[in-house]
Amino acid sequence: MTPTLTISRLTKRFQSVEALQDVSLCLEPGKRAALLGHNGAGKSTIMKIVLGLVPFESGDVSVCGARPGSSEARAKVAYLPENVAFHPALTGEEQLRHYLSLRGERPSQAMELLARVGLSHAAQRRIGTYSKGMRQRVGLAQTLIGHPRLLVLDEPTSGLDPVSRRDFYELLDGLAADGTAILLSSHVLTEVEARTDRILILSGGKLVAEGTLADLRTRAALPTVLLVRSAVGHEAALAAAFPQGIPGKDDVLRIACVQSEKLALLAGIAALGQQVADLDVIPPSLEDIYSHFSRRDGQ
Amino acid sequence: MNRILATAISEFRIAFRNRWVSIATGMMVLFALVLAAAGSAPTGDVGVDRLSVTVASLTSLAVYLVPLLALLMSFDAVAGEVERGTLPLLLTYPVSRLQILLGKLLAHLAILALAVALGYGAAALVAVWSDPGAVAGLASLWRLIWSSVLLGATFLGAGYTLSSLARRPSGAAGLAVAVWLVAVVLYDLALLALIVSDGGGAFTTQALPIALLANPADAFRVFNLSAAAAVAAAGGIGGAAYSIPIWQSAASLLLWPLASVAVATAAFRKVTP
Repeated sequence: MTPTLTISRLTKRFQSVEALQDVSLCLEPGKRAALLGHNGAGKSTIMKIVLGLVPFESGDVSVCGARPGSSEARAKVAYLPENVAFHPALTGEEQLRHYLSLRGERPSQAMELLARVGLSHAAQRRIGTYSKGMRQRVGLAQTLIGHPRLLVLDEPTSGLDPVSRRDFYELLDGLAADGTAILLSSHVLTEVEARTDRILILSGGKLVAEGTLADLRTRAALPTVLLVRSAVGHEAALAAAFPQGIPGKDDVLRIACVQSEKLALLAGIAALGQQVADLDVIPPSLEDIYSHFSRRDGQ
Repeated sequence: MNRILATAISEFRIAFRNRWVSIATGMMVLFALVLAAAGSAPTGDVGVDRLSVTVASLTSLAVYLVPLLALLMSFDAVAGEVERGTLPLLLTYPVSRLQILLGKLLAHLAILALAVALGYGAAALVAVWSDPGAVAGLASLWRLIWSSVLLGATFLGAGYTLSSLARRPSGAAGLAVAVWLVAVVLYDLALLALIVSDGGGAFTTQALPIALLANPADAFRVFNLSAAAAVAAAGGIGGAAYSIPIWQSAASLLLWPLASVAVATAAFRKVTP
């Protein structure tokens, strides 16, 4: 399948600061990729380059087979900026009618779009009176105009409540099923974990990791943590059996182990029989994996 | 074309809600009526109809007011979008920067046309009401309206340029005031000083006509005064209108808006969101 977005060896400098170094990525139709990275890692810069808003020094970027920012590319790409803003004097409906006209679509679809993001009740009100979450939903509504082949979403769920977030990801699932490629950035790692096909971790302008969550988990080889609670009166015996463990509160012993030792360790715990009251196995979280990759370069 | 129209409709709506339509119209009507009332004194034996006299006075008013209104409406056009954070999203739409500017220009020109038509119209009504023979001056009133719109277009373009260069509304507002002062006030004062010191020499005969044509506000004044029968009713620098062929001032009036919008588009293209 021809990729919707191809970036190869992209480099961008802001004066002396290297904002992006040698970044390459590829996004196929219907795939959802999440860009992770702390503030200033280069997430928004990549997005603005893909949209043609910011020029770049070297490398190749191809959006739906066209140059980023060309009218051909712009016709196929929709964008939701971080902290999206609109003119406060226009109503939600008027703003969407304007955007529909700019994309060459019928302005009468505005109400339908507002209904899809749950804003029908506020369509006739000025955007100046909207809450941040409502503005964000107007922003989402305008990305649904036409049939974009690529969605670029910068922190799309910021300002949304948990229910709206779930609705939003359901909208994305529908779009992806129709073949739209989605590039989004987020700080909320748990939602990215469940709702994207691929994770890209940026650190200091470099792409430090790329893959599915399972790939990244294997590659990071972070320790799995076993939390073992001893039966009453057997704390000392348990601690003696696992000297590498760190005793915590409530008689819980915390044992970290690498993936390959996990099963042997579990067998050892099972062998203690009645001395153990409870056992929890905690795999490394996305937060742990993210920290592992983004700190590797001495951050 | 649809994209330009859609932009114009949105911009007009915004200007209407921000009271720009009423402010511009109110200002023009108020000043025009004051002029019409004040202009009723010196009539009598000047040999022209009342309306032509009014048009001559309105020309002097328009030279100051139209550029001011145009700059006030336009200084926020790009800088305001940058400050509100609406520009990056807009620029990802399949619409060119020229189309965006033309849409804004269309809306602002419509407001300006409405304001001058109502303002001059009010003054014309007063003139015709007190002197039915004044309908003879309707042609010069019409000429004043469309030339005011062209003058406005030049300064709207200048406002968009400043807005793109400053990138902040406060900076753009300061630049707009400076441009207005230089183009409509200081430029004429400087010419006047040069004429006085020159004493009818080479400057007055050779350089002055070019200097007048080079400034859109002066070209507007020269065009209307030399076209109207009311030249005699106007004094000051208008006397120079005799020496400049009307096609030259008309050409200046037509070319300035084009140049100004071209420069504004070039400046807007340099804005990186």
